[in-house]
Amino acid sequence: MTMRRLINLKRAEARKIYLTYAVVIIAYIVCQVMSSTKFLSSSMRGMLVPICAYMVMAVSLNLVVGILGELSLGHAGFMSVGAFSGVATAILLQGVIPFAPVRLAIAMIVAAIFAAFAGFVIGIPVLRLKGDYLAIVTLAFGEIIKSILNNFYMGIDSQGIQMSMLSDTTRLLPGGKLIIRGPMGISGIQKIATFPAGAILLIIALMIVFNLVNSRSGRAFMAIRDDRIAAESIGLDITKYKMMAFVMSAALAGAAGALFAMNYSTIVANKFDFNTSILILVFVVLGGQGNMLGGIIAAAVLTILPEKLRSFSEYRMLLYAIVLIVMMLATNNAEIKEFLSRLNPFRRKEED
Amino acid sequence: MTFLNFFISGISLGSIYAIIALGYTMVYGIAKMLNFAHGDVIMVGAYVCFYAVARYELNPFIGVVIAMIVCTLLGMIVERLAYKPLRQAPSLAVLITAIGMSYFLQNTALLLWSSNPKVFPSIVGRGSFKLFDGELSISHITALTIIACLVIMAVLTLFISKTKMGKAMRACSEDKGAAQLMGINVNATISMTFAIGSGLAAVAGALLCSAYPTLMPTTGSLPGIKAFTAAVFGGIGSIPGAFLGGLMLGVIEIFAKAYISSQLSDAVVFGVLIVVLLVKPAGLLGKMTQEKV
Amino acid sequence: MKAKTKYVPVPSTTILPERDAGRSPVLECVKLGITLGGIKAVEDFNLTVGRTEIVGLIGPNGAGKTTVFNLLTKVYQPTTGTILLNGQDTHGMDTRQVNKAGIARTFQNIRLFKNLSVIDNVKTAMNNEMHYNMLSAILRLPDYRREEVAAHRRALKLLSIFDMQHMADAPAGSLPYGAQRRLEIVRALATNPSLLLLDEPAAGMNPSETADLMDNIRKVHEMFQIAIVLIEHDMSLVMNICEGICVLNFGHVIAKGTPDEIQSNPAVIEAYLGRKKEA
Repeated sequence: MTMRRLINLKRAEARKIYLTYAVVIIAYIVCQVMSSTKFLSSSMRGMLVPICAYMVMAVSLNLVVGILGELSLGHAGFMSVGAFSGVATAILLQGVIPFAPVRLAIAMIVAAIFAAFAGFVIGIPVLRLKGDYLAIVTLAFGEIIKSILNNFYMGIDSQGIQMSMLSDTTRLLPGGKLIIRGPMGISGIQKIATFPAGAILLIIALMIVFNLVNSRSGRAFMAIRDDRIAAESIGLDITKYKMMAFVMSAALAGAAGALFAMNYSTIVANKFDFNTSILILVFVVLGGQGNMLGGIIAAAVLTILPEKLRSFSEYRMLLYAIVLIVMMLATNNAEIKEFLSRLNPFRRKEED
Repeated sequence: MTFLNFFISGISLGSIYAIIALGYTMVYGIAKMLNFAHGDVIMVGAYVCFYAVARYELNPFIGVVIAMIVCTLLGMIVERLAYKPLRQAPSLAVLITAIGMSYFLQNTALLLWSSNPKVFPSIVGRGSFKLFDGELSISHITALTIIACLVIMAVLTLFISKTKMGKAMRACSEDKGAAQLMGINVNATISMTFAIGSGLAAVAGALLCSAYPTLMPTTGSLPGIKAFTAAVFGGIGSIPGAFLGGLMLGVIEIFAKAYISSQLSDAVVFGVLIVVLLVKPAGLLGKMTQEKV
Repeated sequence: MKAKTKYVPVPSTTILPERDAGRSPVLECVKLGITLGGIKAVEDFNLTVGRTEIVGLIGPNGAGKTTVFNLLTKVYQPTTGTILLNGQDTHGMDTRQVNKAGIARTFQNIRLFKNLSVIDNVKTAMNNEMHYNMLSAILRLPDYRREEVAAHRRALKLLSIFDMQHMADAPAGSLPYGAQRRLEIVRALATNPSLLLLDEPAAGMNPSETADLMDNIRKVHEMFQIAIVLIEHDMSLVMNICEGICVLNFGHVIAKGTPDEIQSNPAVIEAYLGRKKEA
């Protein structure tokens, strides 16, 4: 018995995990070479960091939707909590830590902690609900986070950090600096997010999720997904494991949000609305629930696709919608599936 | 008096939410799916009505009828093409398809009618009734909206409880398999449900844009989400629940705008939803179902 | 529900086999009852199960047998009565706590974790005996490896009881029906129960599969020295392996006793076959 078998990796499963890491690393190297040899257009270069952030978001949401089996419609909310807390941290540390990569790393960690906290607070009520009701409450929380951040003001002066809601009543002393300006968000951000940082974050996210899935917690998540009543009957604490998955997912989304935000000079709360949550959900579903590599590829393709479709300009979103519908019909309708599999000359033999 | 004014505009907004929520709740009750494209059917209805009235100078009420016909057909076509093939699919796949359909409708509208906002003419003009020496003023559209909502509720309740089709709908929402065995055409019933929901969406679109006259391809999405929230609020699947949830949501939203903060009104609305669901996890009038072990 | 006089007198504690005499019982139900939707689904249910006893719970369809299991495992909270498990009152416990206290069960309609592999189904049930935390899992620290290896070994050993170790990596949902039923029993055993509840373990099995199942239940009983309560419609199985039998009808216990006593009990015969028209 090899060690690998002993620690519970079926060979096929292990292969999938290694394949995922390999694809990410190779894709990173290829992109890095292409971008340093100016092979990549500047618009594509500008998309590298957002793509990484979306990939992490896909991995993060996949933990909740694919592994835990609960639908979250407010994931962009965690992203925005991470974006705002991360960027604010980076700005506050600007004078203290001159070395940008360290500042970025700390900002992402702080972002993850804030988002995890938000996930915990939201999780307490949300996780008592089930199915569609859980989904609608995550949607509600996403909108609430957006509304709050849209009305939140924070600044710093010699007396420390000042905050206010609704209107700017921070009354900063001369020399103070207003960082978060309500609906104007944060501007004048130093763009310290880099492609290598994004790739590292993605690898870390994958490592966390894969290792968690192949542990007792991951088995518990999937058991709850497959049959909640049976899971309870063998002594699993449903609430605890749901919370664990939810908080971990929120933390990863927060880090991704910080990475995403520090690729732009201005960030506003409205950027992280319901449509963003849905976009990420689409990555997960198109990539296959529970399939990390699929989600990552879907995130890349669906972020690049609208750009590549620019020549169709007006029709691109329409095309996007049609692709989405057709994909869902093709992968979920028994008759269409049967038809497609007959077309495929390399039909896979049934494995046992 | 200002309180009463706010209350009446809350009821009026809530009536619109209630009419939209009916579409969500009926479809959910029978097909167990969240039809995300429902909000965009409202927008299509509003555009059809707008063109009928502003371009072809038809009587506004004929415009509404045309919009209803178009939306009814649209709802049935959408159901037939996108949702029916997925009857056996996991609910998440259906949800994504519905989201795709929502994008599709929005972007088709964008191509057909451009993103420039249109100013929607009110279907009953801009006049208002003055009461208490003008202290309380109720605009015609407010009154019409409330009356329309009451009429629709009454007719729909009668339809569901008295007619054969209504009984078929209730049977399908209880148990599709058993309904089929009793000789009910389940596909036709689901199609009918979409037809009614979409027809009502057209009415809601005309009323919504008469009260809030800016019409854009994205006009339907936020009211759609809020009406959906209202449906959940009242207990999704329940018709009186949609009515109650819609009215309450409208009143809460207007009061939050008036007395708390207009920027935070959405947060208040969603906050109330969360509290309600925590106290009554199946909504105000929804019934809890326990899984059989 | 007919008049009470119909019921045969029921001894308060029953059917303890000789070998458990002097040892405290694993389960005592006293006046257990529940009202579901206005109907008394189970009423005045008294049952004592000895430390290593095999008890059959039988009765016509709708008699409330599965409801009793659901009460014991707290899927439903009883409206009246007490359940003592190893002498401990389970009042206020939920399903999870009852499992920790020693009850494991299978389900009438198989409830496996279909997308998990066979061995992961078993290891999931060992969750409460593993103690490494999330950080150990993410960083693959030594305690993660140690506990996972131990769990893997034990899971394989448990699977080998039913000769299932060769299918350890197959998804549980892909197993043939009989194997799924066996896996459910293995999963329940993995939680180290002192009382195992089997809900229609032989449902849908052919006679040779049923015979195998019977051997397996005996094997489990001997290896683990635990008490087993099983609901079953296959009378040959019940009469063969159960030491005590409890018969339910319309939510009431109508008879308790050894297989021989039950077979000749008039109330039981009536419940199953109906009463003759003329007395």
